[in-house]
Amino acid sequence: MEIPKSFLGYKRENGRAGTRNHVIILPVDDISNACAEAVANNIKGTIALPHSYGRLQFGADLELHFRTMIGTGKNPNVAAVIVIGIEPKWTKRIVDEIAKTGKPVEGFHIERTGDIGTIMKASKKAQEFSQWASEKQREECPLSDLWISVKCGESDTTSGLASNPTVGNLMEKLEPSGVHLCFGETSELTGAETVCAARGATPEAKDKFMKTWNAYNDFILKEATDDLSESQPTAGNIAGGLTTIEEKAFGNFQKIGNLKFIDVLEPAEEPKKGKGLYFMDTSSAAAECVTLQAAGGFNIHLFPTGQGNIIGNPIEPVVKLTANPLTAKLMKEHVDCDVSKILSREMNLSQAGDELIKTMLRVANGRLTCAEALGHREFVMTKLYRSA
Amino acid sequence: MSQPDLIIHDEKDNVGVVVIETTKKGQECNAWIMENDKTININSTNAVPLGHKIALKDLKEGDTILKYGHDIGKVVKSIKKGEHVHVHNVKTKKW
Repeated sequence: MEIPKSFLGYKRENGRAGTRNHVIILPVDDISNACAEAVANNIKGTIALPHSYGRLQFGADLELHFRTMIGTGKNPNVAAVIVIGIEPKWTKRIVDEIAKTGKPVEGFHIERTGDIGTIMKASKKAQEFSQWASEKQREECPLSDLWISVKCGESDTTSGLASNPTVGNLMEKLEPSGVHLCFGETSELTGAETVCAARGATPEAKDKFMKTWNAYNDFILKEATDDLSESQPTAGNIAGGLTTIEEKAFGNFQKIGNLKFIDVLEPAEEPKKGKGLYFMDTSSAAAECVTLQAAGGFNIHLFPTGQGNIIGNPIEPVVKLTANPLTAKLMKEHVDCDVSKILSREMNLSQAGDELIKTMLRVANGRLTCAEALGHREFVMTKLYRSA
Repeated sequence: MSQPDLIIHDEKDNVGVVVIETTKKGQECNAWIMENDKTININSTNAVPLGHKIALKDLKEGDTILKYGHDIGKVVKSIKKGEHVHVHNVKTKKW
């Protein structure tokens, strides 16, 4: 298949392009959720992104909170942002960073005003943003404007056999077009960690990967009460035939095809070394991982599943594929791309990769994913440790 | 190119994955090795469901299970060729 050279996206002020055109109402903290949701309810064409944290965090955990908030606002799938927090200082910090992209952003704080006054002020601005964004048109954008993140979930052995290698095939085909690519799931590379580290494009990248993996593994071993067999693999994984974390890891690892990664990113960190494949240090929980990748600036996501994970994200469309024929049949409404014919050898990996490229481009051009149509908007902050 | 009952990732592997809804007890399975495009036959001792693994040779306690050509865990209860390989007879080496 000839690789398409462009897609229809929304060009943003900072030169990036979005596959979506969201106006988001972003609460800084848990107690501002109600206000943000009221604004989104008032003003059509906006979405609130409620979450559970943002108070009394400190150190690296607080920095991650800010990085996730700011990165979410900066994502090119977002046209404009209303930020609402309880206090002015943290609210302003997020607004000022998002404003550097050049997109419309305005902050409101609730202290000394109360919810109702804040909702009124923020709703007026949100209406302005929503109507402004509604006039944006899709334009032809080079394929290299796609920043593609990947993460698999509810995996089974069909993931490692077929759906993950399909993603790997897409990566191999699209990397020459200059796209950005990102994989994560630090804990789910356990067992394949040295094989994965060897894929670092430079000694620095290899070293950084091993340091990251070791830090995660040390933490897991410290906190584990018995063993992790209840969580890794999950009951769903085991039902699907996966026996050990090592087996899961080698399956997981198929998603990057034969590519090498050029750098290791902190959770929610934006890549800075240009096109190519990045590894991001993330949890392997689906919603946490995709939220971090979206905050890193990725604008379309590929999600292979075995037993049928149903995750979506409010700003980054999540394209789901499966090679499990039962999942494709029983959970059809969640499957954007069915590659189960690989198992019966009625389809080869390259044909599956082509199908996935076509599906992904239709979504990039505006087709709603299954998760979007079903209303999945999982926005889940990663928290590193207890608050003060 | 007939539809395989089992798929084996790598020539070195000692397990194959069921890719039909289930094998029947005693079924002679057609197993395709992806790496070298060869086909072998293996008798499925038990009924093994889609996605689950079958041993391609006799394995004893302490042996390493190879899949993708890599170490994916250790045998904790001996397994006969053709038997179901899963959490009841294989454990991780990691935790």
